[in-house]
Amino acid sequence: MKKLNAWLPVLSAILAILVDYGVGNIDKHIPAKHPYFMYLLVVLLGAFTIIALLSYFNPKVKEWIEDRSLFIAATILFLNVINIVTKKLGLLPVIFFPTLDKILSIIVEDRDFLALCLSSSGKLLFTGYFFGAIAGFATGIAVGFSNSANYWISPLIRILGPIPATAWIPLVLISFPTTFTASAFLIALSVWFPTTVMTSSGIFNVRNAYFEVSSTLGAGKYYQIFMVGVPAAMPHMFIGLFNGTCASFITLMTAEMLGVKNGIGWYINWQKEMMAYANVYAGLIIIAVTFSILITLLFKVRDNVLVWQKGVIKW
Amino acid sequence: MVGEIKVEGVVKRFQQQNAEEVIALSGIDLRIETGEFVSLIGPSGCGKSTLLRLIAGLNGADEGKLYIDDEEIKKPSYERGLVFQDPMLFPWLSVYDNVAFGLKARSIYKANHMEVQKFIDLVGLSDFSKSYPHQLSGGMAQRASLARALVNHPKVLLLDEPLGALDAFTRMNMQDELIRIWKERGTTMIMVTHDVDEAIYLSDRVIVMTPRPAKIERCIEVQLARPRARNNPEFLSLRSKILEILHFTGTVTEPNYYL
Repeated sequence: MKKLNAWLPVLSAILAILVDYGVGNIDKHIPAKHPYFMYLLVVLLGAFTIIALLSYFNPKVKEWIEDRSLFIAATILFLNVINIVTKKLGLLPVIFFPTLDKILSIIVEDRDFLALCLSSSGKLLFTGYFFGAIAGFATGIAVGFSNSANYWISPLIRILGPIPATAWIPLVLISFPTTFTASAFLIALSVWFPTTVMTSSGIFNVRNAYFEVSSTLGAGKYYQIFMVGVPAAMPHMFIGLFNGTCASFITLMTAEMLGVKNGIGWYINWQKEMMAYANVYAGLIIIAVTFSILITLLFKVRDNVLVWQKGVIKW
Repeated sequence: MVGEIKVEGVVKRFQQQNAEEVIALSGIDLRIETGEFVSLIGPSGCGKSTLLRLIAGLNGADEGKLYIDDEEIKKPSYERGLVFQDPMLFPWLSVYDNVAFGLKARSIYKANHMEVQKFIDLVGLSDFSKSYPHQLSGGMAQRASLARALVNHPKVLLLDEPLGALDAFTRMNMQDELIRIWKERGTTMIMVTHDVDEAIYLSDRVIVMTPRPAKIERCIEVQLARPRARNNPEFLSLRSKILEILHFTGTVTEPNYYL
């Protein structure tokens, strides 16, 4: 049984290939130019066959594949089921549920345009995220360390913070010269709030004894702020950044569906209005992959910065 | 002459939540000589930690004044190093960077970076300079925090129950370590402790404090040659003398059976 484990994804892929090859298609769908789903299955089959073979020689590969093989096999099976339900049997309304071939064909054949959309989305996201995070750190640190900043800014944060960034759209659209700056501002706003709140609360929670110790070691006020307060609050800041990232994705999608003339959110909205659901799904897949890569990157950065708290705090 | 502490008529009050005032220190006069090892001992609430915090400059006195080498103490300074019961190492810094903190904070790290490794070696953590605090045992963390305070060459080292959280054996080892460092560096040391044995074992002078009102009850000179033996008769008589002042001696009940 343990031996078989590494081969589960391969078996699942073979099953899917047999079904796709052997079972006849229903003729409700417009066929794609190429059998892309079959290509994908063959690639998966090849990749997992190699991995399964390698697992006999390399214990690391063995451990990796045995941990995940059931999940991977189930995922391939799920794709297989979708393929049966859409392309083979046509059980779902064909206009809303196109075949996997069709969705994959969009990703492949429309890739230049999708990449263009993705890059303009990325530009918008990073501009907004960068300024929002910087502003969030600055406000959070100010509120955390200065009583007068706390007095004047805290109420502002409490009133303005919880308003969803997208609620500002009517005001923002008329106060910014371009839709790009307007959308970037909205994203910055959505990142700013959680970053500020978590940064300042992180600083409030730093044990006072750290500041006392550092003052008996000869640290001045600013040295204490940036060399004690900020690093001690870093775990909280990352939670703020993480929440800000999620908020920025939502804001990005909404902003694009409203104003701009390019971008992946705009693409989905446009294709939806054209009733081209295969394109909508292709867009969604691209968004899912991109955003999960971004989140993974953020986690990697956090693990590197917070290497000192390994085994201390987990979230 | 560096590291002489004078405390003159110091009064410290704390406001409690129900607006009641608690007198943490009522008129303390004390003089600690250069290079002396002094212990402050007494039950909780006798103000010994408060006195230490005032000497450190972390709190201000309500009345009276404190001086180091005839200079009034107004705020914390690297000249008066502080070690808490909790080592309070900065968890985001390695042992090396923790020890280097003081030098970096005073922007003299470049010229003095050799000192860091020297003090890590002094406290016996040579193999752990790259470790993070969470990887250290309690005793090792406390050694690191000693090195961190010592690297600044403080005139006075203030120790607030530094060994309180350690197990009995680690504790005895660390006491010898403290004595060794004290002899080597000649730093004035003021230590708060709950442990009568520890106070006698380490100090030139034991200052016994009593609560309500918090004041100095007695100063006891410990004129025993070092290294001291914990089972020396004079050691034991000093021990019972201190316990007597603190009202911890009972009458010995004779067992009512004999062999």
